[in-house]
Amino acid sequence: MGQIILKQVTKRFGDVSVIPPLDLTIEDGEFTVFVGPSGCGKSTLLRLIAGLEDVTSGEIRIDGKECSTIPPAKRGLAMVFQSYALYPHMTVRKNIAFPLRMAGIDKAEQERRITQAAAVLNLTDYLDRRPGQLSGGQRQRVAIGRAIVREPAAFLFDEPLSNLDAALRVGMRLEISELHNRLKTTMIYVTHDQVEAMTMADKIVVLRAGHIEQVGTPLELYRTPRNLFVAGFIGSPKMNLISGPEAAKHGAHTIGIRPEHITISPSEGAWSGIVGVSEHLGSDTFFHVQKTGLAESITVRADGEVGFKHGDEIHMTPRADMIHRFDENGLRIE
Amino acid sequence: MATQASRSAARLMMAPAVILLLGWMLVPLTMTLWFSFTRYLPMRGDSIERGLQWVGFENYVRFINSSSFWPSVQATLMIVGGVLVITVILGVLLAILLDQPIWGQGVVRILVIAPFFVMPTVSALVWKNMMMDPVNGMFAHLWRAFGATPVSWLSDASVPSIILIVSWQWLPFATLILLTAIQSLDRDQLEAAEMDGAPVLSRFFHIVLPHLGRAITIVILIQTIFLLSIFAEIFVTTGGAFGTRTLTYLIFQRVVDSQNIGLGSAGGVYAIILANIVAIFLMRIVGKNLDR
Amino acid sequence: MARAVTTRRKLATTALAWGIGLLIFFPIFWTILTSFKTEAQAINNPPLFWGFDFTLENYTVVQERSNYMRFLWNSVIIAGGSTVLGILVAVPAAWSMAFVPSRRTKDILLWMLSTKMLPAVGVLYPISLLFVQFGLLDTRVGLILVLMLINLPIMVWMLYTYFKEIPGEILEAARMDGAGLKEEILFVLTPMAIPGIASTVLLSIILAWNEAFWTLNLTAARAAPLTAFIASYSSPEGLFYAKLSAASTMAIAPILILGWFSQKQLVRGLTFGAVK
Repeated sequence: MGQIILKQVTKRFGDVSVIPPLDLTIEDGEFTVFVGPSGCGKSTLLRLIAGLEDVTSGEIRIDGKECSTIPPAKRGLAMVFQSYALYPHMTVRKNIAFPLRMAGIDKAEQERRITQAAAVLNLTDYLDRRPGQLSGGQRQRVAIGRAIVREPAAFLFDEPLSNLDAALRVGMRLEISELHNRLKTTMIYVTHDQVEAMTMADKIVVLRAGHIEQVGTPLELYRTPRNLFVAGFIGSPKMNLISGPEAAKHGAHTIGIRPEHITISPSEGAWSGIVGVSEHLGSDTFFHVQKTGLAESITVRADGEVGFKHGDEIHMTPRADMIHRFDENGLRIE
Repeated sequence: MATQASRSAARLMMAPAVILLLGWMLVPLTMTLWFSFTRYLPMRGDSIERGLQWVGFENYVRFINSSSFWPSVQATLMIVGGVLVITVILGVLLAILLDQPIWGQGVVRILVIAPFFVMPTVSALVWKNMMMDPVNGMFAHLWRAFGATPVSWLSDASVPSIILIVSWQWLPFATLILLTAIQSLDRDQLEAAEMDGAPVLSRFFHIVLPHLGRAITIVILIQTIFLLSIFAEIFVTTGGAFGTRTLTYLIFQRVVDSQNIGLGSAGGVYAIILANIVAIFLMRIVGKNLDR
Repeated sequence: MARAVTTRRKLATTALAWGIGLLIFFPIFWTILTSFKTEAQAINNPPLFWGFDFTLENYTVVQERSNYMRFLWNSVIIAGGSTVLGILVAVPAAWSMAFVPSRRTKDILLWMLSTKMLPAVGVLYPISLLFVQFGLLDTRVGLILVLMLINLPIMVWMLYTYFKEIPGEILEAARMDGAGLKEEILFVLTPMAIPGIASTVLLSIILAWNEAFWTLNLTAARAAPLTAFIASYSSPEGLFYAKLSAASTMAIAPILILGWFSQKQLVRGLTFGAVK
């Protein structure tokens, strides 16, 4: 079980308000991702849930029990840190056993759980090594193993993949998703990388300056961003945002159109411009189009086969049903 | 950043150290300050129980006006200054030398560090008898070997002798700190300068020395604190005679030999003020260091 | 990148470095050598570097005449006791400063260091009065206390700089894993900080062993350590060079050996973490 409810939670460091009053419900078994630019308060929020920081006011309920004054060890949560935070003087086995030892679990049961966790995480061959002798990915697995054996109510991940190189990151992303499918335990995952958020989450919480900008499934956020910030943050490459007369035509202060929702042609279209840099990914090509006659340059996605060159003049047409409209406060107009 | 619980735990864990040091500092300091304003001669029957006679600033004036005061300041400055100059210059040269590739580097380093492990009373006695004795000392043998008359070092050249002994003790410290600093010097910088055609000497003055600036400051300041209060080296060798009576030693004599507590305490207050002036400079530098 | 250096140049620097090293070490070497000579040979002219009659007599004489073992024992108890006590007080304080820093942490640390700068002679009489008052004069307990207090600021500082290098996340991980404060310090922090604690202990022992102001002024017969033992040789009678050498060797040998074995730890300790 692992339902987590935050009620009117606030956090101040001295005079600085980091989290204004915030409400959030995380259902049991949900994979929730907190995402936002650095300094948005996502890590602080996680540490508040973990108990590594005190809330200034408000309630944190874990499975219905008010926990905001309970020390971290007693909350029944497990955490995986950005730096892995393995105990360098202990072997992998002892690292994984540490929380069990602290909980006073008997040796036989400790051994059973360690063996099981090691099997799940492919660590069986490394149990007697020290963290210093492991690769980044292996260390990451040990950190996860240390969390699993406690059989916690929820897992907390604090940017766990940011120290890995790109290739490993994709692999570990899959492993963590796989783990969640198997354990069905609540997971809260903090990242600044919207790709991780989109690919892993059941529910994404977009944060900015301590505020929740929007909560929803990845596709909800992608299709109906509630405001300009979410529209610009979710999706890669970024949504094109256009303001001025062109937006006014649609009765909005700003309009947004994703690169994949623009069709291009050499001869005709709503807008025209000159091809600048083209990024060829093989399957897709992204054209950065300059001098569009609009104030902004535009990014357009095309098939990998489309072959415009630097300096070509092209014409673009946005799909009318895919235009997002925002008012002068940056809020979505339905 | 932490929880209320860990903050109160932290205060609790810090308390013993803070309380102990606070007591260690405040109690004797207050007593010294009090004594310095009184007539306090235990040999003539003055004691705290019978009440001490308040004399205002008399002790302070007498301490400064005594014929021994200025010579003691002079001796202190000469010894501290001399040791600083010698240890810093030799320390820099030695550190550069030890940084070069040599055979048996480890052993040489041990030889150089060794004096640091020798207690001050022993090094003073060894130098006084084994090295500087006008009849049987090593220097006397050397002088005679070259046909010169041996020198009575500790009476005829007392201050330089003390400087030599103390420098020998502190050279390892200076060398070690400077060596660590040199080893942290970016080799690329030196090679870039070499590529630019800078000769050895100008590489030393424009790159190595500025890099050592901070380490040299630390050496000077830490040593100054310790050197201002050197005691055993003088106690064992000259007993403060032949112009080697430093401020510390003068105060020691006032308190212990002449049993004039009031006068000695006034001297003590002067010494504390002097040390604090140095301390302020040291704290500034160390404070900056902590911020990094 | 280490550069290829010509052998001739390396030979020259090696010779120079060894020459200077031996010169610096000479007084110690000469003292140890003389301690194995007879008194007559000790003052032989020219000085004897070899070809003397090797004898251990001086050592037995010194032990009999001055009861070396008692002074040694006092030194061991005082240096060891003040170090153990100091570590017990300094580790928690350094933990607080390194892992739960507040706005005042730096000020407290600097204030602690500033107590180190209080000139001992300025407070000699008050301390002796207090010692008399509490019956601590010429006791090992008294000296343990004083030397602990003298070295405490340096110990806190050194431990603090070592602890600072341990990532706080690891301690937080321990907290998440169910460790209380005691377990956190005992099972996680201390084992990780062993090198730092070791060099702090070493420096504290050396400083306490060699401290020569309070040990000379606060002890008489019962609690006097080796610093006082050796000071009693400053005005001897008769032939004494060999015996002085033997006594000196005995006074510095324990710390010299300890220092040599732990050179690496000490080098970092000695720089007070001030130079990286």
